[in-house]
Amino acid sequence: MLKDITLGQYFPGNSVIHRLDPRTKLLFLVVYIAALFVALSWISYGVMLAFLIFVIAVSKIPVKSILRGMKPLVFILAFTAILNIFFTGGETVLVEFWGLSITKEGIIRAVFMISRIMMLITGTFLLTYTTSPIALTDGLESLLSPLKKIHLPVHELSMMMCIALRFIPTLIEETDKIMSAQKARGADFETGNIFKRVRALVPILVPLFISAFRRADELATAMECRCYQGGKGRTKMKLLRYHRSDLLAFFVAAVLLAGMIVLRHFGL
Amino acid sequence: MSTAIRVEHLAYSYPGVDDTPGTAVFEDLDLTVEQGSFVAILGGNGCGKSTLAKHFNAILLPCGGKVYVYDMDTSADDRLMQVRRHVGMVFQNPDNQIVANVVEEDVAFGPENLGVASPAIRQRVDKALQRVGMYEYRNHAPHLLSGGQKQRVAIAGVIAMEPKCIVLDEPTAMLDPQGRREVLETIMDLNKDKDITVVLITHHMDEAAKAGRVVVLHEGKVALDGTPKEVFSQVEKLHEMGLRAPETTELCWMLKQQGFEVRVDCLDEEECAQTLYNAFK
Repeated sequence: MLKDITLGQYFPGNSVIHRLDPRTKLLFLVVYIAALFVALSWISYGVMLAFLIFVIAVSKIPVKSILRGMKPLVFILAFTAILNIFFTGGETVLVEFWGLSITKEGIIRAVFMISRIMMLITGTFLLTYTTSPIALTDGLESLLSPLKKIHLPVHELSMMMCIALRFIPTLIEETDKIMSAQKARGADFETGNIFKRVRALVPILVPLFISAFRRADELATAMECRCYQGGKGRTKMKLLRYHRSDLLAFFVAAVLLAGMIVLRHFGL
Repeated sequence: MSTAIRVEHLAYSYPGVDDTPGTAVFEDLDLTVEQGSFVAILGGNGCGKSTLAKHFNAILLPCGGKVYVYDMDTSADDRLMQVRRHVGMVFQNPDNQIVANVVEEDVAFGPENLGVASPAIRQRVDKALQRVGMYEYRNHAPHLLSGGQKQRVAIAGVIAMEPKCIVLDEPTAMLDPQGRREVLETIMDLNKDKDITVVLITHHMDEAAKAGRVVVLHEGKVALDGTPKEVFSQVEKLHEMGLRAPETTELCWMLKQQGFEVRVDCLDEEECAQTLYNAFK
């Protein structure tokens, strides 16, 4: 049952988007989000949506999987929509009941907010779907490396992220095993009220934590045996390099942001 | 022939909790491993096999006596990285020694730590993966591999550091028979050209029988030391230490106990069958 969990799911592929440098994609995402917040009108939203559809098409990521990724967020989307519909003041009242009123402005605002959130999430999905976790941590490490000057442990952070990603499937598998073992001895995880179910999790978490600590200890020894001594003097097998397509991507990002600012300036 | 590992009067005891004295594992142990040899270290539970292995690359430091690795004292701080790059170590649980979530990235971990230049790392990784027969899996995620495959990746990760000696601490203990065979073949292949010294710590007698030399540890001392034939033919002594000889040797020994004229020192099925044929024809 736990096998269904997808975390930072990566779709291997060979599109232009896949081949972009992870740093380019990370920076592009930042610019894209900024542009999304600059955009105010239907026209600018339309431009952003068209751009998003273009990227999805180029990356060949199935639209279905993007929509599937949205599923856990339905609650937040609905919540945002309801808040905006009921609590936006406006003149053209459409319906009125129990002292609440739904206005035309409210509905428009709700649609705006939802499309903004959805475009935001789709953008981040495109990053994680087209970039392998290792490339992503490498990219982050490289982008954050100037912060080493102020003694931020950038290499250690990215190493931790990498190991965490590596052990997620291992620990999920282990949790499954422990659950089966406890079930075989009569543990019940599926019935009872919420408190009962939470309490039923204790016999799973305790062995899981113990084994995770033991794993950590063994892994640390194994890393020491392989001469790990932090980021100092360490080299990389795969060097990150900007290509011509990255230059193009930066250009597109700049045009996108500039376009949004211009549109906003003219009140569109 | 030069010496790979030299253990002189090694004493070690695990630190005790609070004020209680620790348990002594070794009091006075001597052992020499020649460069290019294939040595199996056997012993019952708690005889100090793994503790000894951890002394070979300075994970543990002796309380008394010295351990020399390629003439470097393991307790000298400034030679620590030199010691570890010469003596690679593979552990029991393959899951807990794989660092990265792509096979080739994991194999690259060691050379990256050593500061090898990028193109050279690429070469070493490809070579190491080919040597253990995992090259076509280089872009796989480790958690999707079988136990034997994971252990071979772990071995590749050590070979990529180009060590002169590899110490394997019960590398097959958690594997199924198929995985055990794969890993054992890989280990034997490593020693084939005699360029890598192999120290295999195991409790499988049939694995030890494949080595060039077998050392049996008992109560912190070297109890038996010699070729597999020499060691395993002393069946009574092994039994006294709570160990068993390989199945084939046990069979011949039992027949001999019953008064049949058979040689006891046959290690594999082929040899055993031949011996039995000669005895009963």
